[in-house]
Amino acid sequence: MDILYQIFVDPFVQMATAPDLLVQTLWEGLVAGVLYALIALGFVLIFKASGVFNFAQGIMVVFAALTLVGLHEQGVPAFVALAITIVVMFGLAFLVERLVLRPLVNQPDIILFMATFGLTYFLIGLGELVFGGDPKVMIADALFLPKGAIDIKMLGGFVSLQKIDVAAAVIASLMVLGLGLFFQKTRIGRALRAVADSHRAALSVGISLEQIWVIVWFAAGIVALATGIMWGARSDVSFALQIIALKALPVLILGGFTSIPGAIVGGVVIGIGEKLGEFYWGPLLGRGIESWLAYVIALVFLLFRPQGLFGERIIERV
Amino acid sequence: MFYREAGQHKTTYAADMAAFPVLQDRIGMGVILAVAFVGLPAFGNDFLLNAVMIPFLVFSLAAIGLNILTGYTGLLSLGTGAFMGVGAYACYKLTTLFPSVNILIWIITSGFVAAAVGALFGLPSLRIKGFYLAVATLAAQFFLQWCFIRVPWLYNNNASGAIEVPLRTLFGLPVTGATATATTRYLVVLAVVILMTWAASNLLRGRVGRTFMAVRDMDIAAELIGIRLLATKLTAFAVSSFYCGVAGALMVFLWYGGAEAEVFDINQSFFILFMIIIGGLGSLTGSFMGAALIFILPIVLREMPAALGLPVRAATVEHLTFMTVGALIIVFLVLEPMGLARLWQIGKQKLRVWPFPY
Repeated sequence: MDILYQIFVDPFVQMATAPDLLVQTLWEGLVAGVLYALIALGFVLIFKASGVFNFAQGIMVVFAALTLVGLHEQGVPAFVALAITIVVMFGLAFLVERLVLRPLVNQPDIILFMATFGLTYFLIGLGELVFGGDPKVMIADALFLPKGAIDIKMLGGFVSLQKIDVAAAVIASLMVLGLGLFFQKTRIGRALRAVADSHRAALSVGISLEQIWVIVWFAAGIVALATGIMWGARSDVSFALQIIALKALPVLILGGFTSIPGAIVGGVVIGIGEKLGEFYWGPLLGRGIESWLAYVIALVFLLFRPQGLFGERIIERV
Repeated sequence: MFYREAGQHKTTYAADMAAFPVLQDRIGMGVILAVAFVGLPAFGNDFLLNAVMIPFLVFSLAAIGLNILTGYTGLLSLGTGAFMGVGAYACYKLTTLFPSVNILIWIITSGFVAAAVGALFGLPSLRIKGFYLAVATLAAQFFLQWCFIRVPWLYNNNASGAIEVPLRTLFGLPVTGATATATTRYLVVLAVVILMTWAASNLLRGRVGRTFMAVRDMDIAAELIGIRLLATKLTAFAVSSFYCGVAGALMVFLWYGGAEAEVFDINQSFFILFMIIIGGLGSLTGSFMGAALIFILPIVLREMPAALGLPVRAATVEHLTFMTVGALIIVFLVLEPMGLARLWQIGKQKLRVWPFPY
């Protein structure tokens, strides 16, 4: 009985007696979720357009952030460095299309997935070779990102919001909005959606697959850069982020592999679920359940709704 | 020229079904076994045995395990490292609870523990496949690794949180622990790996292996001809985890001599996955070749600058190794998606028809 009480009653009692702590936990979950969502967004972009499950999205985030910080360390002004990084991400997209995707066209999905593994390792090596393996500090000041915290008095206590987190949430929403508009309203966006629907039909109406792939990898690179800046400003720029990027996988399962809103909602759900679980139920299991809770949530979810919240019902079920 | 099977008539069914029907293959196998069992222990130094051969054999075994699941049954798993960990921790628990029982028995038994855990985490494979299954096995990876850290019972409440391998003997010779010589440990690992490879080759050529491959090639068709998917997939998970578990136990007991949970992290899983991609999905020979390439290549790359007298820092070499492995994976997938095993087959075919092109 005691254990049942601890699982089913006690956490809710805690939530009710200290609502400010609950709000703080929810906020932290939301912020972590935004990061997961941004990484998942990069996955979704590439998966929609080329059917490639891009494992390298995590390292692209690290690589973009490292390039930016590394250039700034060399004395390049911050915004020039930002521009150069965008060019570098375009170069990366171009090379990936040329050297990896084009020769592997028409191969089974699993082979392309493995190729992005190779890309991951290559980028880890390259990043460490050029910029060194030590964690770096993101140039938040030079990019005029806000810092410090806002304390809000509410519910009989304080809730402390980091300004950078607020900025991250705002930028993430702007980016999703921008991508949505780009997909819905522009010529290239329409071509992207056509490719996502059917490669062959898109080819037959004269859409260049190669061009679309470069564009979509470039877009994913920009998303990666934004993610890298935001995450780097919260902690620092290090290769550890690459493992955190694996958290984007449960997010994708929750949101569906092909849905941009799904990536955002999934990210937020996973982020909040993780933080709530860790804070209220974690002590029962000896802490640290954050490392696997997201995957278990995704696993349970898979059993009931395999196509995700907003995904298309095309998942192969056995 | 030398590799001709002309004149080698098979007069019985047994001869036709032999693992090595070609005389030259049998000779080659004999030479490899002789070098492995006699030559290397007699002439190899401790570095070769300890830092090259033992890890190579352990990784080969783990690669065979993953290959049974991913290469033969077509179920992608990213939880290999964790299943190896289950084997290692199970073996540690068993041998500290019952110290008098022969260590080899516990190493094999720990494989069964890993098989049970593997089958449990294989349950989602009945409903999902592909990337979705990969995420499910990631859950296994992170959950099990968390258990290795957070459940003190698994490491006997050690203050350090690590498992220390105790001294165990076999026929009076120490095989595990600090006093065991590299040669003894090498021979034990070699014997286990060869026996298990032989078992795997027979399993995969037989009815069970054929059901695996049928499920891989098309699960609906397999179901139609009367293969039970549930049983087949769970068997594949169990057999695969058994191999990984034994490999994990061997790794800790006969190579590292002690381990922490970090040894069995996600990178270990990726490492094994690379081996089977480069070696060849669905090939036992490929598992060995992939393990050799992925494990020995970095060692060679590390030694090369010093041997050539190039002034390259160790860290730089480490990074270049990462880049090389990554590039190699892409190059292999582009040029030969079936891996080294396929190249080996092509080479043999070329030898067979030489000097004609076909």
